Amino acid sequence: MQRYTRDQMAARVARDIPEGAYVNLGIGLPTLVANHLPKDREIFLHSENGLLAMGPAPAPGSEDFDLINAGKQPVTLLPGGAYFHHADSFAMMRGGHLDFCVLGAFQVSARGDLANWHTGAPDAIPAVGGAMDLAIGAKKVYVMMEHLTKQGESKIVERCTYPLTGVRCVNRIFTDLAVLDVAADGLVVLEMVDGLSFDELTRLTGVPLRRAAPAQRERQS
Amino acid sequence: MINKIVPSVAEAVADIRDGATVMIGGFGTAGLPSELIDALIAQGARNLTVVNNNAGNADTGLAALLKTKRVRKIICSFPRQTDSWVFDALYRAGEIELELVPQGNLAERIRAAGAGIGAFFTPTGYGTLLAEGKETREIGGRHYVLEYPIHADYALIKADRADRWGNLVYRKTARNFGPIMASAAKCAIVQVRETVDLGGLDPEAIVTPGIFVQRVVRVAAGALAEPRAAA
Repeated sequence: MQRYTRDQMAARVARDIPEGAYVNLGIGLPTLVANHLPKDREIFLHSENGLLAMGPAPAPGSEDFDLINAGKQPVTLLPGGAYFHHADSFAMMRGGHLDFCVLGAFQVSARGDLANWHTGAPDAIPAVGGAMDLAIGAKKVYVMMEHLTKQGESKIVERCTYPLTGVRCVNRIFTDLAVLDVAADGLVVLEMVDGLSFDELTRLTGVPLRRAAPAQRERQS
Repeated sequence: MINKIVPSVAEAVADIRDGATVMIGGFGTAGLPSELIDALIAQGARNLTVVNNNAGNADTGLAALLKTKRVRKIICSFPRQTDSWVFDALYRAGEIELELVPQGNLAERIRAAGAGIGAFFTPTGYGTLLAEGKETREIGGRHYVLEYPIHADYALIKADRADRWGNLVYRKTARNFGPIMASAAKCAIVQVRETVDLGGLDPEAIVTPGIFVQRVVRVAAGALAEPRAAA
């Protein structure tokens, strides 16, 4: 079985983002997706601190610390980009104007609940940022995460044990093992990495899965 | 003649009293009004409630204010950062109260205060810990949480340029919470890099009209906050 690397996962997510999409990439793993968006597609990256048409990191030495992304790293603005204040920025998110967001996760449930902001540990200092707004606001919520924890437990679960970020909000899950859609009647496997059988994926995941119809798999490739 | 420009940061913050609620603009250090915060530290007001997206970075700016232990409570969305050790220690010692608010609810609660809205229903946070105990309602098949505005006595804001009537333009993503905080506070105090004559700002490009601003103070460009590594 050949697991996807982080960059392969990012490239796989990027394939599902079409020309003209308004997209927010969450902090961490999803940030990698920007490196894999095809250069021949015009895609608008939104950053919740107040910019649209975010460009790549500036060359060393030309950083401007008034121009940062949600992760507080210096970025650039593409020609045609715009700045706006926080209430407008979150209106774009909450108001359903973003076509996609890509978020990392601790857990996703079989019905699409998302847990990605807080471990719930008693000594943890909670911080939420814009995660809850993205989870309920974007037209399509993509999650990108390792399929299993370091201990080998599935991060796709029947019910989330970590505190929720959003209820029934996830549409598609991209892992290092598979791509799954969250359908009304459960999880549908669209793709698996080479060498992984459906039965083995089901065993590793620990929740009921079903295979996409061939036509549906075809559309994904 | 109306002139909202005051001569110094010390005068700009002189009347902030103990127990005040103070909004502080900025997202991390972008747009953080560091010189106004330093003036507030020197002024000495205590028992403050502070509203900011974060809870301070490293040992300067908002973190320095927290370190004085004059902040009773902070309302923010993202306190935990790699360099938030001042807040972390206060929080673990039980020396500061935290009201954690999803970032969009924070922005909209501030906007609502400035816009005269009594409360609003938002889908953000529904079904999560951060909505526990709050009124909810199903509207058009979707679940919403009732959230109330956040008003403030003062807002400390950093903009780029202002005129003597308090019209403001900002710089890049340093705009962040400035416009909404200016409208939500009884007294908005703004530090700017440059002041210009009336008419010197393009009326089509003014982001915060002067009606929302009470005081402006020019801070020399050289004294602007040093950029710091990302948190």
